[in-house]
Amino acid sequence: MLTFEEIKKSFLVSLWFIFLTFPIMVIRVNSNENTIDWRWENIAIVGIASFVLSFFWRDFFRRKKLGQKKLSKDKQKSSALIELLNSKKEIKYGLLGAIITFAIAYPFVLGPYQTNIMISALIFVVLGLGLNIVVGLAGLLDLGYVAFYAVGAYTYAILNTQSGIIGHGLLQLSLYLNDLFGTTFFEIIAQPWSFWIVLPLAMLIAGICGLILGFPVLRLRGDYLAIVTLGFGEIIRLVLENWNELSNGPSGIAKIAKPNFGVSLNSIESIPFIYFLMIFLVLFTIFVVNRLQISRIGRAWMALREDEIACQAMGIDTTKTKLTAFAMGASWAGMCGVMIAVKTSFINPASFTFMESAIILSIVVLGGMGSVIGVIIGALILSLLPEYLRAFDDYRMLVFGATMVIMMIFRPQGIISNVRSTYKIIRKQKI
Amino acid sequence: MKKVFFSLFVVAISCVFLFSCGSTDKDKGPIKLGIAGAHSGDLASYGIPSINAAQLVVDEINAKGGILGRQVEIMAEDDVCKPEIATNTATKLVSSGAHVVLGHICSGATKAALGIYNDSKVLCMSPSATNPALTQSGDYPNFFRTIASDDAQAKLEVDFALNTLNLKKIAVIHDKGDYGKGLAEFAKKFLEESGKAEVVLYEGITPGAVDYSAVIQKVKRSGAEAIIFGGYHPEASKLVSQMRKKNMSTIFISDDGVKDDTFIKVAAQYAEGVYATGPKDTSSNPLTIKAQKAHKAKYKKDPGAFFLNAYAATLAMLNAIEQAGTTDYDAVVKALREKNVDTPLGSIRFDKKGDAIGVGFSIYQVKNGKYVELK
Amino acid sequence: MEHENIKYFLELFLSGLTKGSIYALIALGYTMVYGIIEIINFAHGEIYMIGAFTALIVSSVLTMFGFPMIAILILATGTAIIYSSAYGYTIEKIAYKPLRQAPRLSPLISAIGMSIFLQNYVLLAQTENFMKFNSLIPEFEWLKPYKEIIGTEELIIIIISAIVMIALTLIVKYTRLGKAMRATAQDRMMARLVGVSVNKIISFTFIIGSALAAIGGVLIASYIGQINYYIGFIAGLKAFTAAVLGGIGSIPGAVLGGLVLGWTESFGTGYISSDYEDVFAFSLLVLILIFRPEGILGRSTSQKV
Repeated sequence: MLTFEEIKKSFLVSLWFIFLTFPIMVIRVNSNENTIDWRWENIAIVGIASFVLSFFWRDFFRRKKLGQKKLSKDKQKSSALIELLNSKKEIKYGLLGAIITFAIAYPFVLGPYQTNIMISALIFVVLGLGLNIVVGLAGLLDLGYVAFYAVGAYTYAILNTQSGIIGHGLLQLSLYLNDLFGTTFFEIIAQPWSFWIVLPLAMLIAGICGLILGFPVLRLRGDYLAIVTLGFGEIIRLVLENWNELSNGPSGIAKIAKPNFGVSLNSIESIPFIYFLMIFLVLFTIFVVNRLQISRIGRAWMALREDEIACQAMGIDTTKTKLTAFAMGASWAGMCGVMIAVKTSFINPASFTFMESAIILSIVVLGGMGSVIGVIIGALILSLLPEYLRAFDDYRMLVFGATMVIMMIFRPQGIISNVRSTYKIIRKQKI
Repeated sequence: MKKVFFSLFVVAISCVFLFSCGSTDKDKGPIKLGIAGAHSGDLASYGIPSINAAQLVVDEINAKGGILGRQVEIMAEDDVCKPEIATNTATKLVSSGAHVVLGHICSGATKAALGIYNDSKVLCMSPSATNPALTQSGDYPNFFRTIASDDAQAKLEVDFALNTLNLKKIAVIHDKGDYGKGLAEFAKKFLEESGKAEVVLYEGITPGAVDYSAVIQKVKRSGAEAIIFGGYHPEASKLVSQMRKKNMSTIFISDDGVKDDTFIKVAAQYAEGVYATGPKDTSSNPLTIKAQKAHKAKYKKDPGAFFLNAYAATLAMLNAIEQAGTTDYDAVVKALREKNVDTPLGSIRFDKKGDAIGVGFSIYQVKNGKYVELK
Repeated sequence: MEHENIKYFLELFLSGLTKGSIYALIALGYTMVYGIIEIINFAHGEIYMIGAFTALIVSSVLTMFGFPMIAILILATGTAIIYSSAYGYTIEKIAYKPLRQAPRLSPLISAIGMSIFLQNYVLLAQTENFMKFNSLIPEFEWLKPYKEIIGTEELIIIIISAIVMIALTLIVKYTRLGKAMRATAQDRMMARLVGVSVNKIISFTFIIGSALAAIGGVLIASYIGQINYYIGFIAGLKAFTAAVLGGIGSIPGAVLGGLVLGWTESFGTGYISSDYEDVFAFSLLVLILIFRPEGILGRSTSQKV
């Protein structure tokens, strides 16, 4: 394999990278102190690293080219695996059983810290599944998904702590209703709202926000849609940041209560409960998404994704279909928002930046658009990766960015590409 | 029936969970000092000095045989200044048995983590979280800090502008951030209450924006004699340089976020004459000299931001444990409130709310490229 | 008083023009890349940042060796342009070229990853602190009396942006290369059939876009006097907005979009409040796109079946 030609190519690549990284890697200037570091050793590092990596790089593409010829074979292979899982019930249920046991044992075996991290990861699973409805199924590129996440979080935070103008308004309303009806509404609406009431309410409110965003962007396609949703996400964050009376501004809202599980718990004791609640919500989401996918509306979404005009021609109401996609996607984000407020017990607008939207989108694309299992794996990787990359310390985000690029090059269709359900007609042979 | 079943389930979960993590014995073994803050990422320069400070104090104490005959062990955990990660950090520290925690660095992260510490009766002392609500709301009895709160800073700035500089028209500008906006709100409130000066402009600027000339034109039009700015030095140096380039000599008064040598370096000649509040100068304190010398010897460079505050906090917490004779939460809190401790910030103890008595701010001005304390 | 109002208006106008010119310079890179391969190059903002950093490094080194100001200006800007172009070229080869046939969203994720990677690369190899950027542009004596209204740097930014944009338009309109670029943008397959080397054209587009971003980076860093690794992200986001506002894929559209965005922000700040500066920018975007879904100057493409 190591022909002269190959070595020459790699040598040129490494020369190019040495040139490319020269000013930034070798010279470190500190213009504040007027000092300049020369780090010549970095030339060697860059040179050797790029020399070696370029072999792998070329090798990979060579294989890929070869692979494309054998593509049909590969396809059979991967579907064979799925078929194996489907046909051999023992394997399927065994695997399922192992996952369930693992999920149940998790908080008891690994302790509160790991459980806490897993809660965050599960929140990202639901966020990914929610965005998957909009991006993966309906094909609408949404870069402002985090806005609905923020809406959910703030709905719970405001109603639970009764802060800001909304808290004040509720108090006034309760007094007014008291005068009107003579009964005490104070207990009902001007008290900290319970988690169990706010959870569906936040989903509803976030869904309505999704509808509101949906209307103006109905006519937009592709990347125009992306930038408008991005703008919408930023607008929500800026409003939260600037409108102190509503959201307490950049200081955020603190002391958000944990849900009441029927026993009094402190914050550490409540972690496994929140974990199991989150597991339940994940299962619920998977169930709903699976059902939606094969429902009338789900098939309409996929038709919309493939071809809008053909979709219209088939008599599908594209307006309604788009709006339901936005609303459905947004309501899951609202639910996650409530959960993150519960988990953190403090929220501020800085947690809802564009970067968060980008990460959630990466979950969907990295996992495999439209595929539920893919999105789950993607979410677990992307939310647990930075946490466990702690060992790399400063290099954490560098590795994270590089992983995203490399993953896309290796598997542009995502980790698990969506397998379209096919129907087989099995004719019973007459005996 | 269902209810009984459910409660049994709940109890079962609690038991198993508590059993799995509650086995650490808190009264034996080393005293565990947790350190939480931003130790990586762009805010690491605020968090790393607190690890170094604690390390220096702990090294010295351990060399002398520890406290109450027990060695002190450091557990540093990164929270990247993000609230959602800070809860993980706090959980990790609590579940690995930290007795006291130095941190967190940012106010937001501190607020998120404090509930967890409070439930587990872990004392927490921040060298840098200045948000007034942390102590004044009374929500966090386990919280202490060795830095004065934002409202004290705003009060000082306003008093200085009104009484020393005798200004009548003031523009209050902030960077929309937690720290800057909070400070600006206090400044505005104090100015309005005083009745001596008029707030002619109250605006937030977008941090990191390409250019602030529109805001500067607005300041000029408002006829303000001075700007009180709440925020950090990158925005401050952009504002000041652009103002000076436009021949505006508006007085610029700012906060601790600007009292940073980087500000003077970046804004260069334009920084001259800028006022900023900062912790009282304690560089002549023998403990300060000793701490800085130790840092130079061990890390071969000058200590960074909040180093002295972190040093003082570590000393105060460990001293309180020694005075109390135990790591018991109530006893340590009592010792913190009652017994003075000598630190680089002077001899301090803590009030009921958790603020350090004897720690304050003074006004500095840039003169010949250096911050000089105004007496 | 009337005079004061006009002056204030003029000041805001110029401030918006300066800001808008920078947005336009960066937006051109987005729009050209999008026009040719229809991907949003999220790493473009980072190219702008790398351009500024290269200029900082080169100018610091040259200052140490005692070069004259004018030589530093030319060498630093030249190196920044070369390096930004080289980065643009390499990024295309690594992160986008293997993804030509991939699903539409994959290059976007690859771009976001690249953007995170480059930010952290500069953060680790250089510094997380803000660095002072000594202005490379000498101050004009004759402009001093008008300093309150417009400074040297602002004037230079406006003039250079105008020159660059005119030059670019001429290149695209009248040269062979420009023709090939337009052909590739219209129909990649057809262009290849008539003998255009599509890969070269795409690389070339990245190089030109990156060079423009580098010019923008050097100008803005000179103007505000400080840089850090994060400046590219914010400027890039705004420039992307500007590109879409003007109609993505259209070169005059990007310029117009940049200027409109700059003016919206500066007039919004001047007459209303800077609290909601970005809200004005994004609301304008939403409004314009509702009424003209393809942007101000974008070609309205009727969808073919």
